[in-house]
Amino acid sequence: MKNIKFMYSKIILLTGLLLVVMTSCERDISDQIEFAHLAKSGEIFTDSPIGLGSDFYFPYLGSKADAWSVDENEGYESAASMRFDVPNENDPEGTYAGAIFRVDGAGRDLTEFDALTFWAKASQGVAIGEIGFGQDFGLNKYQVNETNLSLSTNWQKYVIPIPDASKLFDERGLFWYSAGTQNTGGNAYTFWIDELKFEKLGTIGQLRPAIENGEDVVKDVFAGISLELSNLTQTFNLGNGRNKTVNVAPSYFDFKSSAPHISFVDEFGVINVSNGTAVVTASLAGVEAEGSLTINAVGEFELAPAPTRNAADVISVFSDTYENIPVDYFNGYWEPYQTTLGGEIIIDGQDVIKFSNFNFVGTKLTTPLDISEMTHFSIDILMPVVLPTDIDMLIVLKNENTAETTLQQQRIGGQTYQWSDQTGDINDTETNATFETGGVWKTFKIPLRPTSETGLDKTGVNLIIIERIKSSNVTDLHIDNMYFFKE
Amino acid sequence: MNKNNKKRMRITTILLKTLSLVSILIVYSCDTDETQTVATFSNLTMADEFDVEGAPNSEIWNFDIGTGPNLDGWGNNELQYYTDRSENVTVQNGLLVITAIEEDYNGSSHTSAKLITKGKFSQAYGRFEARIKVPGGSGLWPAFWLLGENVDVDGWPQCGEIDIMEYRRQEPTKVSGSIHGPGYSGLTDPQGQVTKSYDLGNDRYDADFHIFGIEWGPEYINYYIDDVLYNQITPSDIVVTPADAVYTLNDGVEAAEATEDSPAIEAVEPTDVTGDWVFNKPFYIIINLAVGGNFPGNPDSGETFPQNMLVDYVRVYKQ
Repeated sequence: MKNIKFMYSKIILLTGLLLVVMTSCERDISDQIEFAHLAKSGEIFTDSPIGLGSDFYFPYLGSKADAWSVDENEGYESAASMRFDVPNENDPEGTYAGAIFRVDGAGRDLTEFDALTFWAKASQGVAIGEIGFGQDFGLNKYQVNETNLSLSTNWQKYVIPIPDASKLFDERGLFWYSAGTQNTGGNAYTFWIDELKFEKLGTIGQLRPAIENGEDVVKDVFAGISLELSNLTQTFNLGNGRNKTVNVAPSYFDFKSSAPHISFVDEFGVINVSNGTAVVTASLAGVEAEGSLTINAVGEFELAPAPTRNAADVISVFSDTYENIPVDYFNGYWEPYQTTLGGEIIIDGQDVIKFSNFNFVGTKLTTPLDISEMTHFSIDILMPVVLPTDIDMLIVLKNENTAETTLQQQRIGGQTYQWSDQTGDINDTETNATFETGGVWKTFKIPLRPTSETGLDKTGVNLIIIERIKSSNVTDLHIDNMYFFKE
Repeated sequence: MNKNNKKRMRITTILLKTLSLVSILIVYSCDTDETQTVATFSNLTMADEFDVEGAPNSEIWNFDIGTGPNLDGWGNNELQYYTDRSENVTVQNGLLVITAIEEDYNGSSHTSAKLITKGKFSQAYGRFEARIKVPGGSGLWPAFWLLGENVDVDGWPQCGEIDIMEYRRQEPTKVSGSIHGPGYSGLTDPQGQVTKSYDLGNDRYDADFHIFGIEWGPEYINYYIDDVLYNQITPSDIVVTPADAVYTLNDGVEAAEATEDSPAIEAVEPTDVTGDWVFNKPFYIIINLAVGGNFPGNPDSGETFPQNMLVDYVRVYKQ
């Protein structure tokens, strides 16, 4: 106010001409100046959606599109709440519930808040897979979420803190969730959310950001590749004295590389690697993050050897050697429990599939494939230079086209694990099921066993799934040359 | 309630400048539950502004060293070994810095510091206040408190204890102020310590400095934080006699008609028997940062250390 008063007095005292001269000069911006601001309101839903516009609910692919509704019979100390009906896992209209709530129009200025808060309850005690804000189906730059949010059958208040509110000056992704039936035995349930809003609580403190789970991770990788920082979190202490950890998108962090010319990190946490060693560290809102990633780049990436079989004996899914059959995707990003990132990349002009943060991943064939004539499925896998200590994976060929899903499972890398009849072991002399060395491509030729043993209906295979058996610590792998062949 | 207190405190401040003490008492008398006896303690008797870098002023401060006289974590299963090393206690940038460190030291898992004015400064009554920023980690127990200077002669809890500020991360928006004495030590029956906490509401104590103080007279101890008077403890809050004393609690007697065997009995109203008010003698000051122990519990695994308790000043006034 002082400055403004000062100016007014000048206006009165000085001539109009002088005033014109003054305004035409370049001046510093007064600290009293008010820029045009986006809406600063924090409310998302009270008794009805607030300021979201008309087209704001965007369900995820494969989720039940009408899982969300406004329930006028339930509410936390109010007449209405948001109701989420999570479907049975075999619901033909969608096997889970999940969506983003994105403002239909200009974003909001959330810089003055410190948390997303809401009241919630469920029809039974259940954990909601993922819930948060900052997902807009664009860059999702400032995405935050809590995993396995435990709801009870009574209304309870939940707090998801904002890692750094100064980043949220124009945010459209106000809320998102993804809920399945993994811990209800596949059975449907309902949960309600009310009083959903961003708030300034003032009681959130002790910010403890972390990258790589707060550990000092060392990775030996190939030069020329890119890799992503993972397990980015922020831990807060809430007003109730309890700690809360949320998953935080890379763009909240400031990354620092000890040798940017060797390993350069961009704002999305993607590191481009050249030969040499570099240590990547991070900070969030000025607080140094726990954990680091040391990258030792050793030599260039070697491509998988080109397959040599006669093309007439091959049906190729992914290869630069053969003509490939069409696929819908190499990574379905299945909600809510798949963590695997990555997919098809090009290295030295060759197509390669790269997965990180691996737990399971699937390739879906556009048209169901008849493999009755084929005798083997071949796949090339490259493990990191330093081999994981416990490699134990399954490759599953699935037919999901008939009323009953049929499959053949093939265990690779593991030593002692017993599986069902659907699983075969690779014990023949041609193929060895284990990895001896990291950084070297390994070809697995998986025999296609008789349907009488596995149950797999070979006339319509449409899914190839690679999954990690739980105890295994495989996190990064490259894949090439996936094809069926006959001998 | 706290809001009301705040309001009253502001009224008081204004009134103090213009009106007599009598007028103030009239203001307070409209609500008996919130009656506060207010005095002005404006003559400085001791102050440490922590302006001289290095070790704390040895004319004011002594240190308790080790794990307590019974080697039991100062009676509370605390984890730290107290030292007077500069790593654990120093004055820098105008602040007293008490640092809790996680380290193996003489059989303890942590070190920290405990400053006492015992033998160097003590006073009965007055205003005792300090401006403190508490550390934010779990399993820490920063405290600003007073102990009766007769502790070595009469022991605890007979000596009396006035806790001006105690904090733990379980309740980051609250600190508590308490008294302990014979029969209300908090460890023994029949009465617990006399205590009350003050909740900041939309803020947490580890986020900034706050002034923690008491105004203490012969018949009362007033507790305040910043500009908020939030509690008053008086002898009437002590409803027991000392646990080891012989006493009869008067439960009252019902009236009865005279009979052949006994005369008529007059009704007697029940009364509380008040315990010993042990706060009429000099007390000395203690400022410490404990790790673990019965009050905060142990630190979370992976908690960040070192953790600092910062003290901007300690000031004592008399009337």
